[in-house]
Amino acid sequence: MNDTETVYDALDQAHGGEGQWAFGTGFDDPLAGVDTTVPDGVDAADLGAYCLMLGDDALVLSQRLTEWATRSPELEEEVAVANCALDLLGQARLLLGRAGTCGVLGRSRSLATESIPDEDALAYFRAPDEFRNHVLVEVDGGDFAQTMVRLLIASAYRLAVFTRLRDSRDPVLSAIAAKGVHELTYHRDYAARWVLRLGDGTAESHRRAAVAVDALWPLLADLFTATEVETRLTGAGVAVDPGGFEVEVREVLGTVLTRATLDAPEWPVARPSPGRAGSHTPELAPLLAELQGLAREHPAATW
Amino acid sequence: MTAVADVRESDLQEYFDATIAHDRRIEPRDWMPEAYRKTLVRQIAQHAHSEIIGMQPEGDWLLAAPSLRRKAILLAKVQDEAGHGMYLYAAAETLGADRADLTDKLIERKQKYSSIFNYPTLTYADVGVIGWLVDGAAICNQVPLCRSSYGPYARAMIRVCKEESFHQRQGFELLMTMMRGTEGQQAMVQDAVDRWWWPSLMMFGPPDDDSPNSAQSMAWGIKRHSNDELRQRYVDMTVPQAAVLGVQLPDPELALDESTRRYRFGPIDWSEFKQVVSGHGPCNDERITRRRAARDDNAWVLEAATAYAAKHSA
Ligand SMILES: [Fe+2]
Ligand SMILES: [Fe+2]
Repeated sequence: MNDTETVYDALDQAHGGEGQWAFGTGFDDPLAGVDTTVPDGVDAADLGAYCLMLGDDALVLSQRLTEWATRSPELEEEVAVANCALDLLGQARLLLGRAGTCGVLGRSRSLATESIPDEDALAYFRAPDEFRNHVLVEVDGGDFAQTMVRLLIASAYRLAVFTRLRDSRDPVLSAIAAKGVHELTYHRDYAARWVLRLGDGTAESHRRAAVAVDALWPLLADLFTATEVETRLTGAGVAVDPGGFEVEVREVLGTVLTRATLDAPEWPVARPSPGRAGSHTPELAPLLAELQGLAREHPAATW
Repeated sequence: MTAVADVRESDLQEYFDATIAHDRRIEPRDWMPEAYRKTLVRQIAQHAHSEIIGMQPEGDWLLAAPSLRRKAILLAKVQDEAGHGMYLYAAAETLGADRADLTDKLIERKQKYSSIFNYPTLTYADVGVIGWLVDGAAICNQVPLCRSSYGPYARAMIRVCKEESFHQRQGFELLMTMMRGTEGQQAMVQDAVDRWWWPSLMMFGPPDDDSPNSAQSMAWGIKRHSNDELRQRYVDMTVPQAAVLGVQLPDPELALDESTRRYRFGPIDWSEFKQVVSGHGPCNDERITRRRAARDDNAWVLEAATAYAAKHSA
């Protein structure tokens, strides 16, 4: 066999193989094969709104993590941070898609042309005040310490949500959660390992980690008060009330900080999340402008 | 004095030559001539640097990718390139090199990377064209390296080539989608092809009669085919693909030679190539500046990891 044939063989095999494809990069509908009927007794609008909350958290944090691409401290971190970003992007796509099947598209569906899938209509054609993510995931990434402390908080919280959602009465949410639990466990452990190294590393890394903890801790106040949607869906066996695992998350974070020789600031008093109500910091709009700009410039295009 | 140390260098050289002659692999612990080791380190390092710097032009579109699916594909690709860099630096380390030291040499411009990555990515079509043409050219260059005489390099190449073939497929699929899209998208694709075609031909290096190190590398089995031979294969592979895509390659002299069944193409502007290689391409400074910033701005992170490991190694 000569090398020219080998080149073509390599390309040929590529058409049959599956293993090389990162999750979410395939050509198929990501919700294919999952029953997307809204379960009995569940309000579709509520379910869609809930999927937007969880989907927006993932989308916005994924975008923040992606800002590290080509700028990471080491190649291992380049790969690991991209991995977290890819996992969250995959979760976001499924959740926004689910919001679409629940009919929660609002204005975005009419702003986007028909050929644009629901996940993209929602990601690219909503205004900042239509996003439902917590403020925690939207604030500027800062240095590597801020990035790791934020990832630790966000993944510990999300892991608590997803662990419980595996038993959701919505088969789509339950499937997304079952897959996501493995991903989020890795994210949390990866971030925790770095918080340990930074907190208990050099004087400079300790200082930076402490600054990050002090800056991010107050945002924990937003995470544990159920919205009305969450309360109704929890009653219907579909969602979880985040108030139910506040203690658990607090213990996880406390354990990591102690081992990292970092002082835990006072645990903030829970309040309703402004982000879940569409009220955001000024940092979200530029993030979305960059994410959405090209797609909006060519509204009739298909990509 | 051990018996091993008494083995004469000429015997070792003979064994090495026989290994190469029989097309068997040299492994890290085998004796090898110093010049062979140096040439390999230089080539593998340059290749590793190309993978890492090559993340930047496409990485510039990650935050703005026009659909979530495209964002996922691009992020996975850029991540793959970081992985390729890691395998290759690891292969160089089997020859006694050190990754951090090689990175320093890159940043100090003492070692080169593929000059194709010194061109800017102006539109999203560039992402597709890089996948199709640049990853395509990389495949033509690298598939023969899967038979390189140095074992760790050959094995790294097998893994890398499989992933590059996915990148090429994904790039081509993006371009096909854009060519079925709006007129604006079609024009974007043609414009990107116009800008990347000639630089992609230059990826195979200078013509054979101006490639001083090639003969020795071929004799050592580090290189398997001449630059011009690989370039010709690339052209022969790509012209039919361009026809499927419905784009024009920007070379009026491009034509099938009926007698050889190979494509003739016009002269390459080697003065441009030399400009870019010598550091005067459109983005050379930007690429190195960013790599330097990644190293320097985050030095405290690695220092912390080292300090932590020292404290906790029982
Ligand atoms: Fe690569
Ligand atoms: Fe590639």
